Amino acid sequence: MGRYLIRRVLQVIPVLLIISFIVFALVYMAGDPVSLMLPEEASQEEIDSLREALGLNDPLHVQYGVYIINALQGDFGKSYRYNQDALSIVLERLPQTLELAIVSMIFATIIAIPLGIWSASKQNSYIDLIATGASVLGKAMPNFWLGIMLILLLSVNLAIFPVSGRGTLMHIVLPAITLGTAIAAEMTRLIRSNMIEIMQQDYVRTAKSKGQKDSIVTYRHAFKNCLIPVVTIMALQTSGLIGGALVTEVVFAWPGMGQLLVQAVNARDMAIVQACVFVIAVAVILMNLLADIIYRMIDPRIKYE
Amino acid sequence: MIQEQEKPLLDVRNLKTYFHTENGVVPSVDGVSFHINKGEVIAIVGESGCGKSVTSYSVMGLVGQPGKIEGGEILFEEKDLTKLSNGQMRTLRGNEISMIFQEPLTSLNPLFTVGFQISEVIMLHEKVSKKIAKQKTVEMINKVGIPNASKIYYSFPHQLSGGMRQRIMIAIALACNPKLLIADEPTTALDVTIQAQILQLMKDLRQELDTSILLITHDLGVVAEMVDRVIVMYAGQVVEEGNVFKLFENPKHPYTKGLMDSTPKIHERKEELYSIKGTVPTPMNMPTGCRFYPRCEFAMEKCKEKAPELLEVKQGYHVRCWLHEEGEVNLDEEFNRKPATT
Repeated sequence: MGRYLIRRVLQVIPVLLIISFIVFALVYMAGDPVSLMLPEEASQEEIDSLREALGLNDPLHVQYGVYIINALQGDFGKSYRYNQDALSIVLERLPQTLELAIVSMIFATIIAIPLGIWSASKQNSYIDLIATGASVLGKAMPNFWLGIMLILLLSVNLAIFPVSGRGTLMHIVLPAITLGTAIAAEMTRLIRSNMIEIMQQDYVRTAKSKGQKDSIVTYRHAFKNCLIPVVTIMALQTSGLIGGALVTEVVFAWPGMGQLLVQAVNARDMAIVQACVFVIAVAVILMNLLADIIYRMIDPRIKYE
Repeated sequence: MIQEQEKPLLDVRNLKTYFHTENGVVPSVDGVSFHINKGEVIAIVGESGCGKSVTSYSVMGLVGQPGKIEGGEILFEEKDLTKLSNGQMRTLRGNEISMIFQEPLTSLNPLFTVGFQISEVIMLHEKVSKKIAKQKTVEMINKVGIPNASKIYYSFPHQLSGGMRQRIMIAIALACNPKLLIADEPTTALDVTIQAQILQLMKDLRQELDTSILLITHDLGVVAEMVDRVIVMYAGQVVEEGNVFKLFENPKHPYTKGLMDSTPKIHERKEELYSIKGTVPTPMNMPTGCRFYPRCEFAMEKCKEKAPELLEVKQGYHVRCWLHEEGEVNLDEEFNRKPATT
C-alpha cells in the first residue's frame, strides 16, 4: 500500500505538467493579454513596454519555463483586479467550495443509498416506480432552474431559508439541495440497478441460507459489493462539485471558487483563471487517488501492481 | 409409506412449488412426496429442470419470487415448515438445516474473509462471543481437512482453490451441527479428483456428526458412492424411489432405465452411447397422461390417457408407471419381448 501510494503520487507529476501546459496555453487562446489590460486608447509605446515588462517578447518555451518555475513556487501571477497573488485569492475561496461540495454529497448520499436499496428490493412496486420517476426528474432538471425555483418557493414565498450568501447553517441548505438533487438521482439509479444484480448472486443466497436477517443480508453481504461503483460515482461527482458548481454558486451568491472563476472569466483576469483551473485539476487528481485507495480497502481482489 | 417406527426427520408430503411467470404458471414441483430418516443419506436425481433444486429450496424456505409453495407439507421434526414465519424459519436455516451449493467460488462472498463467513453463522445461532466463534471456526477449518487453519481464517475466497472453497462451504454448513444437510450438486463444478475428496469428506463428517444428507445431483456415480436411497424426478414429479442397490441393479421406471443406459460404463464398449429420445416437456405442453409418455419406449395406449400414480411395487419401493400396475415387471425382459419403436 505504501509503495503504491508513492508510485501514484509520482504518477501525478506528468499529469500536472500537462495540465500546466494547458493552463499556460489558455492565456494565448483568450487573446492578447496586453490589449485586455490596457485601455483602448493606449499608445503603441505603452503596449510595447508592457509586453516587455510581462516577458511576452521572449520565445514561447522561455515563457513556459518561467511560468513553470513560478507555478512550482505557487506563483500564478497577480490578479490585476485585486492586485494580489492569484493563488492565494483562489485558495481563500476553496474552503467555501469544499464546504458546499461536502454538504451536497452528504445530502445526495443519505437520500440515494436507502432509496436505491429500497427500490431494488421492492422491484416494480409503487415505491420503485416513484423512486425511478423521481430520479429521472431529478437528473433532468437543470441546476439553475431548480435553484431559482427553490429560492422562489422557500425563500421568497415561504421565507424559510435565506435567499443567498453564506453565513448560518440555513444558508447552505438550498444550494446543497440544488447541487445534491441531480447527484442523488444518478446515484439512486446506479445503486438500484447494481443491487438488483447483486441480490441474484450466489453469495447472497448463501447468506440467506445461514439464517441471516434480510437487513443484514442486504446491507452487509449485498451492499458492500455495490460500494465500488458507489465510490466511483461519489469521487467523480465530488470533483465535479469542486470544479463545476459555477452556476449554483452564482445563483446563490455563494462565495466559492466557482463564483470567483465566473467573475474572473468575465473580467478576463487570466491569473485568477489559471490558478482556479490549476487548483481544480489538483482536486480532481486527489479525488481519484482517494477513490483508488478506498477501492483497495473495500475489495481485497484489487491489487496494485 | 413410513415403515420405520421412528418418525422421519424430514417428511415432505405432496409438495407443490409453482412459478408465476409472465407466460403462465410453471409447476416446477408438482406433488412431490419423500422422507429422510435420521442419519440417512438420500439423493434426488434428474435432468436439469426436473424440479430437484426447487424441491431443496422449498425445504430451505428460499424459493424466491416469482416462485411460491402452493400446497403440501414439509414436516421437519413434525413441524410444518410451510407454516412457519420468516423469523422462525431463520432460526432453523444454517442451524438445523443447512445447505451447500454447486459453485463454491460464487457462493462465498468475495469481500469477507472465509473465517468471518464461517464464524458469522456460529455467532448468529450459538450466540457466542467473537473469540469463541473464532476458536470454533479454526476447529471447523481443520475438520474439513484444510491445513494451517489459523492462517486460512484470514484468507479471502479468491486466494483459495475450488476444492478448498467447497470445503469452506461445507464448514459453514456444518458449523452449527445441523440435523439435515442439503447438498445441491456439491461436486459438479469440481475436478474429478477433487470430487472424490469432497465426497469422502462428506461421508466422513456425516459419520462423525450423524447428519442426514439430501443430495441433489444428476451424477449417478456420486449417487452410487454415498447414498442409501434414491429418488428419481422427472418433470416435477417423483417417478421412482427406492433402495440404491435395488434401483441400480434393476430400475423399474423406463426413465430411470434410460438414465442408467445413457451413463458410460467402464467394462462395456459401445459404438454410440444410448440417449433418451426427445426432450423434457415444457410446462406449456405437458402431455396428458404420463409425463414421460412421448419419450418412453414402453409406452402403451393407457399411458397416453391416464397419469399413473406412484405405486408401491415392493416394501419401500415406489414407481410411477403403468407397467407395474399388476405387479413388478423386469424392464430388460419387457424390452426384449417388445422391440423398441424408433
